[in-house]
Amino acid sequence: MHTHLKTYHPYVSPFDPCKPMVEKTYSTPPHLYIGFQPPNLPQFSPMEALRTGTLWKAFYDPWYSPYEKGNKGVPS
Amino acid sequence: MWIYEKKLQYPVRVSSCNPMLAKFLIEQYGGADGELAAALRYLNQRYTIPDKVIGLLTDIGTEEFAHLEMIATMVYKLTKDATPEQMKAAGLDGHYADHDKALFYHNAAGVPFTATYIQAKGDPITDLYEDIAAEEKARATYQWIINLSDDPDLNDGLRFLREREIIHSQRFREAVEILKEEQGKKTIF
Repeated sequence: MHTHLKTYHPYVSPFDPCKPMVEKTYSTPPHLYIGFQPPNLPQFSPMEALRTGTLWKAFYDPWYSPYEKGNKGVPS
Repeated sequence: MWIYEKKLQYPVRVSSCNPMLAKFLIEQYGGADGELAAALRYLNQRYTIPDKVIGLLTDIGTEEFAHLEMIATMVYKLTKDATPEQMKAAGLDGHYADHDKALFYHNAAGVPFTATYIQAKGDPITDLYEDIAAEEKARATYQWIINLSDDPDLNDGLRFLREREIIHSQRFREAVEILKEEQGKKTIF
């Protein structure tokens, strides 16, 4: 499944001083995969584009804190 | 020459009195990967880059100043009504002793801005790769600030700024493709 949030699982020692975070995540936003922007990509409406920060739906990848109240999660 | 529009690029709302967030945000104001460093880096590189991508550097460099203005507004709103006691609790006592509530170009650790943050190697590909890296670093910094922040209104503005970093990175990547001049050409090996 394609996602813009990749995960990996670092080694956990039996002697770790803190409670281990068994899964680590990192962001891989959509522009990493697109290359030179192809013509005729779908657009947001002008009002939506002002809010999202981009005219192009293909590049929209909002970041939400995992601790944020009302966290909508990172879309993928 | 520039024309100034007396409004922010995106509205800045701050819903909770949390001067601590100002301490983190100042990283994007006067830090190595902050908006000031970005603006000065791009506008300075324009003179020694092929004509095809000068306009891109002008546009993005200019937009970085609009972002700088948003960060300044956020920091100001978070600190303007803080008491010295609150500044101390937020770890901003050093800043307060030196600057009162004035903004200053330094990073989250209080290190003042320096021109060494701005790279200019004169080789177009080298400089554009530098710019791509700078945009990705700024994107990551916004992620960490959003993770540290519990203010949904502030995060809304930060999310907008992070999305702009993604677009800038994309455009710099396209500039590299333009300079490589192989884009869209049929290659037969």
